[in-house]
Amino acid sequence: MASTQVTPTRMELTRTKKKLVTAIKGHKLLKDKRDELMRQFLDLVKVNMELREKVEAGIRSANRNFVIAKAGMDEATLNTALMAPKQEVDLEVGQKNVMSVDIPVFETKTRTADANDIYSYGFAFTSSDLDGAVKSLADILPDMLKLAETEKACQLMAVEIEKTRRRVNALEHVIIPEAQKNIKYITMKLDENERSTQIRLMKVKDMMLEEAHHYKEKE
Amino acid sequence: MYKIAVLGDYDSIFGFAALGLDTFAVQTREEAAEKLHQLAQGGYGIIYITEKLAAELTHEIEKYQEQVTPAIIQIPGIAGNTGAGVAGVKKSVEQAVGSDIIFGS
Repeated sequence: MASTQVTPTRMELTRTKKKLVTAIKGHKLLKDKRDELMRQFLDLVKVNMELREKVEAGIRSANRNFVIAKAGMDEATLNTALMAPKQEVDLEVGQKNVMSVDIPVFETKTRTADANDIYSYGFAFTSSDLDGAVKSLADILPDMLKLAETEKACQLMAVEIEKTRRRVNALEHVIIPEAQKNIKYITMKLDENERSTQIRLMKVKDMMLEEAHHYKEKE
Repeated sequence: MYKIAVLGDYDSIFGFAALGLDTFAVQTREEAAEKLHQLAQGGYGIIYITEKLAAELTHEIEKYQEQVTPAIIQIPGIAGNTGAGVAGVKKSVEQAVGSDIIFGS
């Protein structure tokens, strides 16, 4: 890849050699990073898939319950019942660093500690189906939060893995071979220059001897 | 302190209000896009969005993909599961590995 002109000087040679050493070291490190990220990603993505299937099934059944609940009472009552939620969820977002990827850690705090404190209505005017529906939704909420955490982590890690993989490939297939080629080219060129200097000196010596003593080394 | 939002059509999300999540019912695509940006900048750590709506907002959602918050998570709506959520997980595997070797195609 002699697309760029390399000046065959000693300075350039030292520079390229240093670059090669750095590139090789970087390549090794990035490769390790990629492998470790991949290992963690594969574990995480399996968890992610399991959670997603669980949450989707849970929401599906919760939705079914809500439809039944809705059928059993008029809409105004339902809206009123759910208008002012009793429970409130606050989210704390922490960050965890996994192989230089910042992934979120979600922690939730509910306003009331009692997990059953989710019914924001009196039981007099609502159908009992609504209680079941709300309960079923409340049951999958922890899984939904876990899903959010793992899915986000998976997305972020996937992006990072892709980036790292590109870097590893670029170093392995472009930067390192190019540096090696340049080093070879420069050493060859320098050797060649040295040889031609040697020859030139020998010639000059011959000429000088001839001039001074009319002497020829070789007849 | 972050909050959790649920975005989608009213029928799919009204139940979440009982749990203390903030629900935002939207009708049109434009309305949803605007709401999404508003929520993302308004201190919401997790935004659950129905698959149906997410399909129309892929471009907007991608913008937040590389940020730590908000996490935009697809959930099935009342109309049923479109499989978009699972497809999203597969997509990230594909992005990381190169091809989907875990869950098959």
